[in-house]
Amino acid sequence: MAVEQPLATPAGDQSRIHDIGYRGYDGPRLGRGYARLSLYSQTLRGSYGLGRSVKSKVLPMLLFAVMCVPAAIMVAVAVATKAHDLPVSYTRYAIIMQAVISLYVASQAPQAVSRDLRFKTIPLYFSRPIETADYVRAKFAALASAMFILTGAPLLVLYLGALLSKMDFAHQSKGFGQGLVSVALLSLLFAGIGLVIASVTPRRGFGIAAVIAVLTISYGAVSTLQAIADAQGSSGAVPWIGLFSPVTLIGGLSSGLLGGTNTFPGSDGPTHGQGAVYLLVILGLVAATYGLLLRRYKKVGL
Amino acid sequence: MYDPTVARLTYRALLGRRRALILGALPLLLIVISVVVRALAGADDQTAADLLGGLALATMVPLIGVIAGTGAIGPEIDDGSVVYLLSKPIKRPTIIFTKLIVAIAVTMVFSALPTLIAGFVLNGNGQQIAVAYTVAALVASITYAALFLLLGTVSRHAVVFGLVYALVWEALFGSLVPGARTLSVQQWSLAVAHKVTGGDLVTSDVSLTTATVLLVVVTVLATWYAGQKLRSLTLAGEE
Repeated sequence: MAVEQPLATPAGDQSRIHDIGYRGYDGPRLGRGYARLSLYSQTLRGSYGLGRSVKSKVLPMLLFAVMCVPAAIMVAVAVATKAHDLPVSYTRYAIIMQAVISLYVASQAPQAVSRDLRFKTIPLYFSRPIETADYVRAKFAALASAMFILTGAPLLVLYLGALLSKMDFAHQSKGFGQGLVSVALLSLLFAGIGLVIASVTPRRGFGIAAVIAVLTISYGAVSTLQAIADAQGSSGAVPWIGLFSPVTLIGGLSSGLLGGTNTFPGSDGPTHGQGAVYLLVILGLVAATYGLLLRRYKKVGL
Repeated sequence: MYDPTVARLTYRALLGRRRALILGALPLLLIVISVVVRALAGADDQTAADLLGGLALATMVPLIGVIAGTGAIGPEIDDGSVVYLLSKPIKRPTIIFTKLIVAIAVTMVFSALPTLIAGFVLNGNGQQIAVAYTVAALVASITYAALFLLLGTVSRHAVVFGLVYALVWEALFGSLVPGARTLSVQQWSLAVAHKVTGGDLVTSDVSLTTATVLLVVVTVLATWYAGQKLRSLTLAGEE
């Protein structure tokens, strides 16, 4: 027969809301850092469908394959024809595949945050010892890492292929390094933009469409304007127009500062000075998206 | 075949709250860009055709089509509230048909109308370019809406697959593999637009007969199959 026990709460235990007499947990508590790390690794695994249903593995894996296969084909062709350089530079590759990258971030950013909003699991996270900043950092880092894997893997394929076909080691390593820097910035930028948009809507489908709209329409608009500015003879304006879409931001940075080939219409790409402006804008945007996310999660779902 | 209540609910789901603003942002951007281009470059037929073809018809129409087509039914199936609709004594094909009409109307208003305005801003309908691309957008709206409505009933990831079709298939493969253009709603609608205006700035890789037949067949088949899908719809939990 259950007898009412006096509910003695141990001193210093502040995480307990109420005690209905169950046996307490007195094992080790792994704390905030561990919770953050778990959130990071779960989101990163989830971005490729690992630990989720087969259906949700299809799309990320498919996009990953679509990213890598052209690189493999290029390498095979370069090896077979004994070319002295790769057909596409390391920094250019991500710009060519921008549609695939946009689709990936559009499908996985809502995956990372929208479902937590929709099923109201956010308050459960914040009842654990993690804080707003931990949640935002873990999600941001996880999506950026997933993007880096997606964009970095084909570069690795290109690099290994280039070394196998005995191209100039120093030249290839330099290009590979520059390519990695540019895709790292691309991952941060795209992940930030994707998460900010996705964190506004609890509807996954709508989040996907909104992210893709921002990335693709801005790229389409900027490319069109650049082409027109170039055709009208005001090619000085071309690099400045490029500042207004994420894809051209990365493209301009690659050709301006990282020695990549020019991806803009017209003969000469951004200068070093303009490349520095591009870098500043990218870093500013990444910081701004992080700030917006922090602000968004200050009062979400509570 | 048309149920006003279902139509009203669908309109509210598509345009309610802030959604109309987001849907309206894309067409607004197109018009702003055309104003800027007109101010920078003046009236030029080739520029107008490039902008309307590249931005309006190739990107904006499919995107609005995806949002309206899948948005007409997708969220309802997703959160399970579609059972309340399905339990009413309304034929399932009627539901699909009504939602299709709404999706087509929304797509047309938010894509064809801005295309017409942008065309007039760009070159004052010189060489019938504005009208040609508006016709293409109108025709494409119908088929896109039917296609993406079907996707919405078939898959939970309808938006992604719709975007993959619109961006990867039509834009990427269409520009690399000429054969892929035969199976592209965009090219079919361009064929119709070409016939209507007869200009040589609007061209298509598909002949008019093929395009018309394919447009009609795809629209009818997609609508019919969506109705069939809805008849045997099983609700499942999240993934």
